[in-house]
Amino acid sequence: MAIWLARLAIDRWRHNAGEGADAEPTVLTTETAHGPRIDAANDAGLAAGAKAGMRLADARALCPGLKTAPSDPEGDLAFLESLALWAQRWGPWSALDPPDGLLVDVSAVAHLFGGEARLLDDAGAAFARRGLTARLAIAPTAGAAWALAHFGPNRAILGPEDAAGRLANLPVAALRLDDDVLTVLRRLGLKRIGQLGGIGRDALKRRFRSRSPEATPLTRLDQLLGRKPEPLLPVVAVPDPLVQRRLMEPIRHRELLDRVLADLAVDMARELEGRALGARRLELGLWRVDGEVSVRRLEFAAATRDPAHIARLFAGKLDNIDAGFGIELLRLRAPSTEPLALAQGDFEAGAETQGTSLSECIDRLTVRLGEKAVRRPVAYPSHIPERAQRWQAPLAPEQASQGELAFHQRPLKLLDRAEPIAVLYATPDGLPQRFRWRGQVHEVARAEGPERIAPEWWREKSTVRLRDYYRIEDGEGRRYWIYRHGLANDGRGGPPEWFLHGLCA
Amino acid sequence: MDLSAFIKAGELGLGQRAPRWRPGLGGALHGEVFASARETGGTAAALALVMDGLELGRRSVLWVQDAAALRLGGRPYRPGLPEPLRHRLIHIAAKSPQDLLFALEEGVRCRDFAFVIGELAGNPKALDFTASRRLTLAIEKHGVPLMLVRLDAARDLSSARIRWQVRSAPSPAPQWNAFAPGPPRWHAELFRARGHTPGEWILRDDGHVLTADRLAPLAPDHGDLARAAGDRSLAS
Repeated sequence: MAIWLARLAIDRWRHNAGEGADAEPTVLTTETAHGPRIDAANDAGLAAGAKAGMRLADARALCPGLKTAPSDPEGDLAFLESLALWAQRWGPWSALDPPDGLLVDVSAVAHLFGGEARLLDDAGAAFARRGLTARLAIAPTAGAAWALAHFGPNRAILGPEDAAGRLANLPVAALRLDDDVLTVLRRLGLKRIGQLGGIGRDALKRRFRSRSPEATPLTRLDQLLGRKPEPLLPVVAVPDPLVQRRLMEPIRHRELLDRVLADLAVDMARELEGRALGARRLELGLWRVDGEVSVRRLEFAAATRDPAHIARLFAGKLDNIDAGFGIELLRLRAPSTEPLALAQGDFEAGAETQGTSLSECIDRLTVRLGEKAVRRPVAYPSHIPERAQRWQAPLAPEQASQGELAFHQRPLKLLDRAEPIAVLYATPDGLPQRFRWRGQVHEVARAEGPERIAPEWWREKSTVRLRDYYRIEDGEGRRYWIYRHGLANDGRGGPPEWFLHGLCA
Repeated sequence: MDLSAFIKAGELGLGQRAPRWRPGLGGALHGEVFASARETGGTAAALALVMDGLELGRRSVLWVQDAAALRLGGRPYRPGLPEPLRHRLIHIAAKSPQDLLFALEEGVRCRDFAFVIGELAGNPKALDFTASRRLTLAIEKHGVPLMLVRLDAARDLSSARIRWQVRSAPSPAPQWNAFAPGPPRWHAELFRARGHTPGEWILRDDGHVLTADRLAPLAPDHGDLARAAGDRSLAS
């Protein structure tokens, strides 16, 4: 059975935005090099003249009140994957047909639903309930089902006996070919599948010999008629590791909750160890007697399955739980996991019991202080000082970068925002002599510079001023990194301003 | 009258003299550096002092700053850090002194950190004598050194085993450009330490070793008369 979700993107958007938003002409757009392009349009949009593939500017000319929303191809694909698993209610396995189709194997299944027609009715009703426009077809081969779903009558059923006759009238686009192959066929005057049968196989093969065998009309025709096998990649559900505890007596006290949580963590560790996995994310669901569910989530810096560590981190998140009349079910799920093999313990027992490991420590810090607070600096390819370093998660792998050239010394610390200073100088583009910063005057005893750092012209406007950096030491030996923003008479603003950017060791 | 309970004259003597602090001695694990927030000499000296004679191995380094210290002194800048620290640094921007103390304690409990450095502005209530004793106990238990930089702070009560007052000192002229700032030097005053007599030094770190030149004391120095107290664990 082939399922074509003809308007998947719009249906998803309508589901998220609500029915009311559908009344106005709306299009989903993608940003391209030539401005936004329309991916899909709703009914009102289609009536107003917007079409998929059109530029947004052209559509706006037809209908000035056109609303736009960003299209979400990744989200559509993820939704299609979950839909493929859901569609396994009609057959033992299903496959994706990106971007907007599904294939379900219903061989020898139809009698469970009372025949193929009733199977199609059931599927059509189910998709309609979910608010999805679906065109369905059943055929002996996947290719034929796809062709009928896209180009045949809705809910078509093809038996093995009349296959060739009914498929012959479909357009050649039903063969799942690339656009340029279709163009060649159209130029040759071949419009229907039946017309291909009138041409010798050798001639067809020779005409398209430069293409990969999967993309030629001959292979597709053979797959359509079942002369050649067509392997499909089934979607297989991998259930997340999940452990749960149902409690005879609802618990209302924290100590009991902690104990149950510790037990759950041990169960989860065993479950994960059996699959040689470690958890990166965990979700703890607490079901209350009155049906309320509260969920606590946890993210780890590195894959782990240490029950004590898990229980300890969750304990910090359970302080504001409202137990109400009691909690009767706890469920621990690991939505994100990574392979984690059994590791050799340290020979020296002391080395393991002494202190915590790095990833455990990072987890504890992140849970209490937040993800934004715990980071590490990494080099970034830019010569602008504040862009030359970025911050990332502490245990994430560092990207390869070019080694830093030690031509110039850099300050030990950099202020988040360069602070303006008042500078006394002999000549406008000469060395500074004295400056005032945070209400105190510093006499410049020594200075090195200027180190001229030009703006990144490929990224910034042409009016951005360059910077002349000076490394200076004042009379008391305090060392700073200051810069003059711009030059006198560079035509990019008034007289140059001075800033203090960093503090040197 | 039983005299055996009293200390004998020989035991009353000075015994071993207290050693003077010098680089490479392997200092106390818990140190404090007092410095002005208008310069970063204190932090640089603290890094030099804690890295003096320390084998980093494959371990990381934790650097914790509270919000005020971050605002006053800026963030660590990777291209300007000492070379061995650049790829090891993990930075924590703590919102409050309480968070900073939590992060410091978690840091010294972790066996994968070579050392922990903290920067704290002022004298917050959270860092009282009890909190600093708590830190010392954790440090002694796990053996990870901690150097806490106190910006614009008064010398309050603390159980830190070695306490410095640091300010930048004029640098020597570099070899090629006499007008340029040279390699950094710091004026460090050791005002309280267990097992060492106080004194003043000019520290400099050429990237490999820390060297210190002792300044002549202004007042007569009775340091040699002090008896070596030795270091003992706070817990015992």
